Amino acid sequence: MEAHTDQNPGLERPPGELVYRQSRWTRLTHWTWALCLFFLLLSGLQIFNAHPALYVGRQSGFQFDNSVLVIDAADSDAGAIGYTEIFGHRFNTTGVFGLSGPPDFPRARAFPSWATIPSGQDLATGRVVHFFFAWLLSATLLAWFVASLWNGHLRRDLAPTVRDFRKLPRDIVDHARLKFHHSRDYNTLQKLAYGGVLFVLLPLMIVTGLAMSPSMNAAVPFLTDILGGRQTARTIHFATMLILVAFFLVHMLMILAAGPINELRSIITGWYRTDPPKPEADASERSA
Amino acid sequence: MPKFQLSRRQILTAASLGLSGLALSGCDAFDFLQDRDDRVRNILEGANGLTYRAQRLLAGRDSLAQEYSEADIRQPQRPNGVTAPDDETYKALLTNDFADWRLEVTGLVERPLSLSRQQLMNMPARTQITRHDCVEGWSCIAKWSGVPLALVLDAAVVKPNARYVVFHCLDTIERSLSGEVKYYGSIDLIDARHPQTILAYGLNGKPLPVENGAPLRARVERQLGYKMPKYLKGIELVDSFAAMGLGKGGYWEDRGYDWYGGI
Repeated sequence: MEAHTDQNPGLERPPGELVYRQSRWTRLTHWTWALCLFFLLLSGLQIFNAHPALYVGRQSGFQFDNSVLVIDAADSDAGAIGYTEIFGHRFNTTGVFGLSGPPDFPRARAFPSWATIPSGQDLATGRVVHFFFAWLLSATLLAWFVASLWNGHLRRDLAPTVRDFRKLPRDIVDHARLKFHHSRDYNTLQKLAYGGVLFVLLPLMIVTGLAMSPSMNAAVPFLTDILGGRQTARTIHFATMLILVAFFLVHMLMILAAGPINELRSIITGWYRTDPPKPEADASERSA
Repeated sequence: MPKFQLSRRQILTAASLGLSGLALSGCDAFDFLQDRDDRVRNILEGANGLTYRAQRLLAGRDSLAQEYSEADIRQPQRPNGVTAPDDETYKALLTNDFADWRLEVTGLVERPLSLSRQQLMNMPARTQITRHDCVEGWSCIAKWSGVPLALVLDAAVVKPNARYVVFHCLDTIERSLSGEVKYYGSIDLIDARHPQTILAYGLNGKPLPVENGAPLRARVERQLGYKMPKYLKGIELVDSFAAMGLGKGGYWEDRGYDWYGGI
């Protein structure tokens, strides 16, 4: 099998066995989320560009200051600059945030054209894209949740056990050293990261998105209230996006470090090559 | 475990390659979606219908938008869009403090009306402190006073085949080679008869200023700002808006925004 090629030929021990790790549901929903989050991120930045400021509270302060983030362009002695202001601290971000584009024809826009769908300023199209993929993401999340309850994925693979928490310090040290154990089961940090995305971050995205809707605000007023008002909800929506982007970057790094071919095979075909059993007979430890 | 391991540099190279791939694809690969006749765009727009039905289902006919207290009014209402109409008709009406202005109620009604501002102010009024949510993302809380649209509709006696209220406006929002475009918009009769849907002539205890839509603007509190036309000159009851503008029911709708602006 071609699967042997990712093994070090100089290895003395035989390769570990291939195990069926990711069910069809997990793989299908994983790639649907990847697609959705790609479009949601880039159309979301397009929407943000229509009013590139975030506030805390019910309304946006125009005659008072309740902003936490402003990305804008301004004139300076050296010509136009782009700046990013976080909690009142201003940073020059010319070329990326606030002012970007070709050097001879820079444009005042919060996120640069390479980071938005469409590339130019077009709030209407950004909204069409955003809401379509918001529906697709929500439907997929619901389908995954039901399927994962049904097929035991939640209980068997995602719910952390007492043993997982006991292994947590060791797991953190292993990850920091990019040292990975390949077994059928997720390690503690994987369980916490995937569970955190699926049960905290994505639901929070959906809820804060709905809290920005005036019609949903009439239907369920407490939703906007517990989130601190429409503008706070918008700020949380944005902050959660940043956490999701950070998750994505770490996710990519971990896949590269843990063996990208094996990791990709398991999320495409479901099959995953585990570590060979150690010579000292502790194989029982892994087959939980 | 000494097996397939990557060096730090390999990881960083691969990561930056991946990122630039992401960046490139964001660039202009999806700009075809801006074409309003594009088939993929039309498929994506199908979700707007789902959004509309979900909002109708969850918000019902009469759930109320949140109302706030006087203490929440912390700034003047933020004006947006046209804030000083350049139209001769409008400027003439403004010179005379709208004494010659009338609201024409036409279309599918038994009794067409032509109402002066004083006549509207003599009708039962409603005052509400609400949050204006702009499609751009900002919000502003203000106190609006006006006559419930339902009362005007009752006075005109809406015919049973009417489905939408179309707002016609005095302001020209776009001047292009193909001519001038006046702002317009539409809502269905569910929102038109909603208790908080008012034709507002007062803002924060004063007459509605020009920048916010004097002499009369719509307030449709469960939707976004672009659904609340300013500088009203007439309301028309119709069974379809397909023949107006570009046929989507409003100035912004004709430019790709969803007709039901509830989110």
